Amino acid sequence: MERKIRVVMAKLGLDIHWRGVYLVSQFLKDSGMEVIYLGNKFPEQIVEAAVEEDADVIGLSSLGGSHLTLGPKVVRLLKERGLDHIKVFMGGVMAPKDARSLEEEHGIAKVYLPDTPMQVIIDGIRSTVALA
Amino acid sequence: MKKIDDIIASALTGDKACTSRLISLVERDDEQAPYIMRQLYPFSGKAYYIGITGAPGAGKSTTVDKLVKMFCKNGKNVGVIAVDPSSPFSGGALLGDRVRVNIKKTEYNYFFRSMSSGNIMGGLSRTTKEAARILDACGKDIIIIETVGVGQSELDVAKATDTVVVILTPESGDGVQIMKAGLIEVADIFVVNKCDRPGAENIAHALKGMLDRIDYRLSWKPPIIKTSASLNKGVDTLYEGLGEHRRYLNCDKKIKQRRQRQIREELKRNIETEFIKTILSDIYNGNDFGKALDNVCEHRIDPQNAARQIVTAWLSKDMQPSEKWAKGV
Ligand code: B12
Ligand SMILES: Nc1nc2c(ncn2[C@@H]2O[C@H](COP(=O)(O)OP(=O)(O)OP(=O)(O)O)[C@@H](O)[C@H]2O)c(=O)[nH]1
Ligand SMILES: [Mg+2]
Repeated sequence: MERKIRVVMAKLGLDIHWRGVYLVSQFLKDSGMEVIYLGNKFPEQIVEAAVEEDADVIGLSSLGGSHLTLGPKVVRLLKERGLDHIKVFMGGVMAPKDARSLEEEHGIAKVYLPDTPMQVIIDGIRSTVALA
Repeated sequence: MKKIDDIIASALTGDKACTSRLISLVERDDEQAPYIMRQLYPFSGKAYYIGITGAPGAGKSTTVDKLVKMFCKNGKNVGVIAVDPSSPFSGGALLGDRVRVNIKKTEYNYFFRSMSSGNIMGGLSRTTKEAARILDACGKDIIIIETVGVGQSELDVAKATDTVVVILTPESGDGVQIMKAGLIEVADIFVVNKCDRPGAENIAHALKGMLDRIDYRLSWKPPIIKTSASLNKGVDTLYEGLGEHRRYLNCDKKIKQRRQRQIREELKRNIETEFIKTILSDIYNGNDFGKALDNVCEHRIDPQNAARQIVTAWLSKDMQPSEKWAKGV
């Protein structure tokens, strides 16, 4: 059977905004991926879920301002458990310089800000997983 | 990349990531899948399997979340497999059962896995039972399987579990609908969930009326348990009900008979599949097939008789174990 990309998708921390994460989850599903939606979860729970689900990708949605604290923590926990093969993507509302910092200093594979076309996100995830 | 034997060894000693990987390999029908199951199956069969089924949104996952907590509190090691539907168009899936799970990992030891149903219509996915057996082999005491939200005829869960819990709600319709549902025949325990809503009494009453008309003297009479899972009400009664059914099964080795019936069906299904796969590929790759094809094309013999000849010839052939069989894969 063909290999489906498994994505564990969460709203980071207590972030209440759901429209973006639903939209992205729907589109990833429609592009043939398996999205395991967690709802609101914290880094420890997200990483635990990624282990149990044998995820290729973790997707984090953050519009609530905790992107710089909780985002890097997910990457750190993965590293601690030797799970660097799981790629972390983020999206939501944040300053572009925060997004750059997450990508360049904190090991987030890619951050997608509002109004990113869905196909860009789908292709970004596909190509990153294919390289891994 | 770790070798498969190392992954299996680690999984058997409780390593989560390795257990998880084995489930993936089996789920996607990797070429190592038969080897994995051959290694792990002998370690399975010790866990108690609970199936949770019911209409979409009936409260299955919410109930599972509460049950897991209770089992864990009582020192059990729990594995959960939750199946959600796949998109028939893209083959992708949005698996949402985990949203209801809110258990602190630091307190409890359990393993939760989401699976997509694929194109299987029975309420489980093709490899749900294998995944459950992997968890069983890797040391889980209790396995809970949550089906896809089902209608009236998705009954595969009854072939894979020791106790089937059917969850109804005040929205489940009237007595006729309950009666139509084949689910009634497979239920070991009925739960009427969302009892905080109006109409719960009615559905419990209609259900009781139907069960009272069935003669249960020689068998288990399914209890009707009222719950409000999201308010954590009544789930303790369900927990006790599960214990009672388990005790019932353990008396007079009924559990052994139940499993034997299930495995018998499973083995037969597998033999059919293997038979068709193996024998046909042997025949289609053999010389007889080419010759017969020629003969039929040239109108020397009709297709039906040609087929008979081939099968007869194949059956009388000396049974040299072919390469494939000798490898035992
Ligand atoms: C609607 C909305 C709400 C609704 C949310 C309901 C809902 N439908 O989700 C309500 C009214 C509840 C709300 C509440 C709040 N909101 Co509000 N809200 C918005 C608003 C107007 C639109 C958000 C939205 O739905 N966008 C549409 C979706 C499709 O876009 P998106 O989520 O950005 O997703 C895209 C990308 O970001 C990306 N993406 C998103 N997630 C992911 C995940 C992955 C893995 C990937 C790959 C990509 C990805 O892909 C999407 C498509 O391109 C924004 C303004 C804005 N410009 O964003 C403010 C905004 C996000 N809210 C804001 C704030 C401050 C709040 C509140 C704290 C206000 C308050 N003081 O109470 C509360 C939040 C409380 C909490 N605990 O979180 C701020 C956030 C500021 C910040 N982070 O620095 C914003 C930016 C408004 C502002 N300009 O101040 N909000
Ligand atoms: N009022 C009420 N709502 C409940 C109760 N139990 C669950 N719910 C709600 O019902 C909705 C569905 O619950 P789930 O547990 O996800 O149902 P499910 O059967 O697992 O759903 P699927 O897996 O999608 O078929 C959620 O919004 C729950 O909060 C209950 O006892 N009372
Ligand atoms: Mg569910």
